Formats: sequence, structure tokens, C-alpha cells
Amino acid sequence: MTMPLTSTDTSQSPLDLPPARRAPLLSFLSKGFGHGGFLLGATLLALIVVLALAAPLVAPHDPYAQNLARRMVPPVWDAKGNWAHILGTDKLGRDYLSRLLYGAQISLLIGTVTVLISGTIGTVLGVCAGYFGGRVDAVLSYIVTTRLALPVVLVALASAALVGSSLQGVIIVLGLLLWDRFAVVTRSATQQVMGSDFIAAASAIGCSTPRIILSEVLPNILNPLIVVATLEMAHAILLEAALSFLGLGVQPPLPSWGLMIAEGKQYMFFSPWVIAIPASALVLLVLAINLVGDGLRDITAPENRN
Amino acid sequence: MALLEVKDLVIDIPVGVGTLHAVSGVSFSLERGETLAIVGESGSGKSLTSLAIMDLLPKRVQRRAARLAFDGIDLSTISAAGMRRLRGNRMAMIFQEPMTSLNPSYTIGDQLTEALTCHRKVSASAARDRAVHLLEKVGITAAARRLSQYPHQLSGGLRQRVMIAMALMCGPELIIADEPTTALDVTIQAQILHLIADLQKEFGMAVILITHDLGVVARVADKVGVMYAGSLVETAPARTLFRHPAHPYTRGLLDCIPVPGRTVPGAPLGAIRGQVPNLIGRLEGCAFRNRCDLAGPDCATPIPLVQPEPDHAVRCLRAMIPEAAA
Amino acid sequence: MSDVVLELKDVTRTFQVSQGLFRPKATLTAVAGVSLQVRRGEVYALVGESGSGKSTLAKMLLGLLPPSSGDIRINGTPIGETNRIAVARRIQPIFQDPYSSLNPRKSIADLIALPLVVHRIGDAAQRRAKVLELMDIVGLPRRLMEAGPSQLSGGQRQRVAIARALIMRPEVVICDEPTSALDVSVQAQILNLLLELKKELGLTYFFISHNLAVVEHLADRVAVMYLGRFVEERTREGLFADPRHPYSRALLDSVLTPDPDLGVPDTHLGAVFPNPLTQSAGCAFEPRCPAARDVCRRYAPHSVALPDGYASCHLAAPASLPTAA
Repeated sequence: MTMPLTSTDTSQSPLDLPPARRAPLLSFLSKGFGHGGFLLGATLLALIVVLALAAPLVAPHDPYAQNLARRMVPPVWDAKGNWAHILGTDKLGRDYLSRLLYGAQISLLIGTVTVLISGTIGTVLGVCAGYFGGRVDAVLSYIVTTRLALPVVLVALASAALVGSSLQGVIIVLGLLLWDRFAVVTRSATQQVMGSDFIAAASAIGCSTPRIILSEVLPNILNPLIVVATLEMAHAILLEAALSFLGLGVQPPLPSWGLMIAEGKQYMFFSPWVIAIPASALVLLVLAINLVGDGLRDITAPENRN
Repeated sequence: MALLEVKDLVIDIPVGVGTLHAVSGVSFSLERGETLAIVGESGSGKSLTSLAIMDLLPKRVQRRAARLAFDGIDLSTISAAGMRRLRGNRMAMIFQEPMTSLNPSYTIGDQLTEALTCHRKVSASAARDRAVHLLEKVGITAAARRLSQYPHQLSGGLRQRVMIAMALMCGPELIIADEPTTALDVTIQAQILHLIADLQKEFGMAVILITHDLGVVARVADKVGVMYAGSLVETAPARTLFRHPAHPYTRGLLDCIPVPGRTVPGAPLGAIRGQVPNLIGRLEGCAFRNRCDLAGPDCATPIPLVQPEPDHAVRCLRAMIPEAAA
Repeated sequence: MSDVVLELKDVTRTFQVSQGLFRPKATLTAVAGVSLQVRRGEVYALVGESGSGKSTLAKMLLGLLPPSSGDIRINGTPIGETNRIAVARRIQPIFQDPYSSLNPRKSIADLIALPLVVHRIGDAAQRRAKVLELMDIVGLPRRLMEAGPSQLSGGQRQRVAIARALIMRPEVVICDEPTSALDVSVQAQILNLLLELKKELGLTYFFISHNLAVVEHLADRVAVMYLGRFVEERTREGLFADPRHPYSRALLDSVLTPDPDLGVPDTHLGAVFPNPLTQSAGCAFEPRCPAARDVCRRYAPHSVALPDGYASCHLAAPASLPTAA
């Protein structure tokens, strides 16, 4: 039996079809729905994002509108609460629910932009270290180690104090600080990809170094990159809250959750909800992001070749 | 009584979209001192069959059998503790990858003596003596000094010898070797196969050799089972199988390999067209029919077992029976 | 000679190997003084075991690794980092593991078309036509064009790799164990395809393998490599009929033909392996050689010319004493 040079197996008996493998997106979705933690986190996160984006439509009041006559109204479940202010008001009589919704915008904005900045820095460093190896790797690894030796919170505090505290200031300081994990993860992922023959094949075809990095390496390190991005986003949101709480982050009257906690701390003993509400929101958001990140790691983990 | 009896072994793997019927209805038996080779390509279920005998299948994989017995002990009802007493003691396994099958953080000596001290009441020094004795047996020089070495200090060939010595520590009656020489260089392969054959003669063990290499099978096996897509399509004594292969798949496999002195250099080799079927979902009839030149519509019905000779069985409606071929 | 497409002159490649924190780095000679000529239209096979330097040599041929010394020329043009694009048009690889050699994130059409894109050949429509032509040639069903590598079997993946290697019509194809990761039945399909393509397209193969049965089936000339050196280079007929180096003989003896009347052959080779980091004065194969003599321990052998090639062994020559070169 000889094989013709132009053989095409067009016979389509059910036995001839290649082993059923579903399209990547479909398989991703079905695995996502099978992963309880991911499902919970994604639902929660989607809810928070939608509420934050729709804040101008959903919020019952202007988050900056003060009404000193209605200061410290407790939430609706309290005996003295009322439906006009579902989550009550703060010491300046601003509606707490509205501030919470607009605060979500700030948290998400800070998380996203910080991760974009730090992700870019870390990925560039990590991919270069993994791709070029040798001296480049040694120098870049030294830089990463130096960065790891810095205590994030202290440096953030010092820089925030130096730059002056503002929304942009916080984003820049955090963006310039949180790239270490990106660098470490992309470096090892790149090293792993570099061992594949398709990199050698691309070189043998004559691909330039930028092309190999952009079209051969990057798509194959995207999964770990996304996982780190979600985890770092949660990290950034927490750090912003901490900085704002200490007065070195977002400045009043912006409704940052960290700031809300700080402003509420003097009322903590008599009106614990002023702290409990923004704190719970923070916990929920960070939990949701972390669940999504963990879920992504599980879902995108390579399947056993069997 | 046969040392190992396997009857209608079924291995199912639940996957996202259904059940993967990895092994369906495999039966064979093995006498003491006998070598059975199970040949097949990747995905044929040959390795899973060997893992099923050792009860080493992953948890989610389901194993069923009409009978699965080792020396009269029913392996399908045995307790986990009972199985542990058999495994590594009376039945042992040699894996393909000597790199990953040895624990890198323990010395050769520790790993060799572990099975013996755990299964038998043997003193550490007696176990050590046996380890040295067996390392010498498998052709390792300066055996006593090797005991304190770590796996990474040994070459691939030496590691595979250590694996074999480890399998022999308790003097097992059955050894299952899953592609024991595939990762090794050709000159080392010959040495290792020699070693397994010599040791088998000396200790009277039964050996199940899992491989895809027909050359290895022809040289060492007493009888051969050919697996395709989870079924044994042909079982026969080695000589019969290579002289009068009856199943179209067996014949296709034998035509595929270039044989110095038989195939004409540069001439096209026989090739089996198409590819292995998807084993997810129920597959009726012969799994090979989409690649078979002799297949007809009747091949989609359940195929009975044909026995041209008492020890030769083939699952095919158009099997090439020696008398008919002559 | 004008019909030489690929020529190596005294090519050596060394690596610096770290031996530990406080010990000096050692030099590992992966390829030692290799010279060869591959003629247009022939299959030149390179045989050797793991660690013999085959893969290092292949990387140098593809311009992925510069030689430490020596000269590699394709059609008289030296291969170097500087003209990688020009080299890429003339010499293309097919790798061993089709699971690793295809970027899992790309479609089959994109994988095959990549060389055209990189070399800016044709527009999108022309590239598509070319990809379809190549898919037909290597026997890939057209419906797989937009599929990803994960939806293909091992044999189909290797066909994709072959199509990608051939789309630029290279003069030399480096086949690095192209079938050893494949199943037996698929291996035959790919070997047949390689032979047909060579005939149709007039290709030259540099075929690296450890499977001597495959090499005998395919090769015109064969070089045997041991620890970085060529120990024998012969025509296929010459080598398989009468190997002159003891290592070649052991390799041939180790081929297990499916003959149930024969047992496992005894190669009489020692299991002692020389440390590749330490250079001995004698023959590199001496520690394992069943025929080693005193002279083998003391002097490295010279090449002994044979009618159809050469062998580097003291015992290959009629007079078994070292002759002045």
C-alpha cells in the first residue's frame, strides 16, 4: 500500500474524526462553571464592577452632597434607620451607599491602572531576563532581588509623603512598586517556553527577536500573567486603602474605601457600621478578585497529556 | 493454576464530555517463568492495563474485571493493605523513566533497601547485603560504593539497572516492565534486555513487558498480546505471531517497520492510513475498521474471537488464518 | 566540487560547564573537529547516542548556535549570526517532538505561513494559496486550516512541521529524529512522505537519528558520531555490510529486527562511560571497546581512508599500529 502524494482523508466515518477536543473558549467556560470558587468570585466581581460603573445611575444621592442636619444616620436595619439612606450617612451627612458605590470606582480604577503599569514593567523585565539569559538575566535578577528587599508599605508611605498624596500619586507609587511578582513569574514562564522547539523553529525561519518575543513567547505566558495580574490587583487595592487610611493616599472628599474607614474610626465604638460597611466592601472585593485569580490558575493549568 | 489471570478487564475514565473506554474486555493469563509482551501504540491502553494489575490507577479511573487474580488471590476484592503487601513484594514494576522513578533526595541504598525492610523482617545490614548482591547481578561495578550515591550521580543506563535491582529486592514472582528500555540508547537497550532475560531464567519470574517496539518483542517474549484502541486484537506465541500474523492490524504494524535485510531501502514502507479512533463514548464493532483495507459493513457488529490454534486468538472477521493463507 | 550544498570544516563547539561554586569551570567539547560534505540530493544520516553531540551539530547547522571554531558553509556561503535570514531560506529544520515544535496558540494556517510572513513573500491571498498547496502536498486535510495544534494527532502535527519547513523550498532540510516521537504506524507514514517529497522536490536531507533501521532505509551516506567525534563515515551499503569501527559494529549489532528466532544480541560493550569533561590521550571509545589494545589507551586514532569513506580507529587499518599522519 503506497500513500499518494496528495492524500486527503476526506472519508468522514465517525471513527475518522480527530479526538474530540473542544474549542479553547468553550472548554474554558465549561471548566469555569465547574469551578465553584471561580464561579463565586467571578459573580461577585462582576456585580461590583457593574455597580461601580453604574454608580451615577444607581446611587440614590450625590456622594459629595453634605447635609449636616442628617449626620450619622444609621443604616436601614437599625431601629433609627430610614429608607432614604439605606446604609446611613457619615459625619458630614453624606449618603453612605452612594459613597460606597463611587468608592468602588476608585478602588477598581487604582487596581486596574496600577496593574497595567506594574504589569508592563515586570513583564518587560521578566521576559527580557528569561529570553536573553546570561548577563542580562543576572543583572535583571539583581534588580528584582533589590526590589524584593524593599518593604512595600514603608516605601509606599515614604514616596507618597514625598510625591504628595493624590489619586495619581498613589497609582504611580504603587505601579512603580508592585512589578516584582510579574517579573519573577514571567521570567520563569519565559524560560520554560524558551525550551520549546517552536522557539528554535521560529529562529530557524529567520524571525527577529521582537517578533519571537511578541508572537511566540508572549501568547504562551499569558495565562500565568493573568493570574498574577488579578492577585496584584487585589494587593494594590488593599495598599491603596491602607495608604488612604493613613492619610497618605487618596485625599478627601474623594470617597475611597480606605478613607471612609479612616474617617469613621473615631465613631467606631458608638456607630460600628461606619467602619464595618466599607471594610466589608473591601473584604468582598479583594476576596472576589483572589477567588478569580485562584480559579484562573486552576482552570488554565495544563491538562495531563492522556 | 496460572500465576496471573485477567478476564474481561475494563478501564473507564470519566472525562468532561462522557466516558473514555480506555480498556475494554482484555483477557489473558500468565504462567510462572513466562514472558508476555503487550504491544500497542500510544493510547492503546497497554500501560493502563499494567497499572490496573498493580492497582496503581489514578482515583477517578474505574476498573472492573470478571476475574483479576494473582496466584489465586482475587485482586478485585483484596483490601488496600493486602494489596500493599503484594506490591513491591510478590509483584514489582519497572517504569519507563529511570529519571523520574527514583527519588532524587534519597541515596540508591536507601531506596533499594526500603521495599525489603518494609515487607520482610530483615535487618538493615542484611538488606544492604542483598542490595549489593543485586547491584552486582545487574552489572553495576563497585556496588557497595554506589549505595551511598544519589540518582543524579548515575547515568541513564545505570539508573535503569538500579530500578531493575530495586524491583528484584524482594524476589518477586511477577515483574511488570513498562517500556523499560525506551528511554535508553540502543547499545544500552540490548544490555538491559539481556539482563532481564538472564535474571528471569535465574529466578523463574513471570514478566509482562509493555512496549511498542516489535523488535524487542520478537527477541524476548514467549507470547504476545497486540492491543489496539483498548482491546486485545490478537494473542499468540511470539513465533506464531511474527510468522503468521492473523489480524490486519498486526500485519500492518509488521509492515510498517523498516527491517534491515528485508525492506528495500528507499521503497515505500507499508503504512496504516488514518488514525486511532476517539475512545470517548460507546464504540460498537471493530475499532480498527476505519483503517483496515479488508473492512466491510459487518465489521460494525460485535466481533467474535477466532481461535485458529488453541493458544492463538484473534478478534477479526477476516483474520488471515495460517491454513487459509497457505 | 560544485554539487556540495553543505560543508563543515573542522567544526568544534565547546561549552563552559560549572562544576560547583568553588571549582573552576570545565570545558565540555560537544563537537570536536567535525568535517563533512553533503551533496545535493542525497540523504546524509548522522547516527549517535544521546550526548554524542548530534543536537549541538544540528543547532550549528541551523545557525542557532555559532561554532567555537571551524567553518560551516551552505552553497559556499558561511552560516553565521549576521545572515540568519539568508540562511533560513536555504536550510530548514524538522524537529523530533511535534508537540513542542508548534506554537500551541496559533492556527495551522498561521504556523505554515509564518516563513512567508517573516520573509515578506506574497500577499495574504497568495500565502493562503501556498499554504493550501503545501497542506495538500504533505497530506493534511484542508479542513484543518483553522484548527489549533491541540486538535491534531502526532502524525498530523509532524506534517504541519514538514509543510512549514518546505514552504520556502529550502535546499537542505535538517531532520532531527523526525519520527522517534511518533507511533510505529505513523512513523511509516512520515518516512514515506519524506522520501516522496525528496523525490518530487529534489531535497537534500541531513537526517539525524539513533534508529539504525530507519537510517538504513533512508540514507545514502552515514556518519557515526561518538562523544563529539565522527568515528566512521561511509556509504550506506558499505557501513551496513562491513562496519569498520567497533562502535559502529556495536550499534549495528544492537538493532533488534523482529525475528522471533533470534535472542537479544550481546554487544560486548563495557558499561563504563568516559567522563566527557576529561580528555584522555587515547581513543574516546577505548573504555567501552571490546577490542581495545594498549595503543588505543595511548594515542588518539587517525582517520583511516576506506574506498567509500573513513573510520577513525587503530584497528580499522590493515596495519594496527598508529601510522604517522
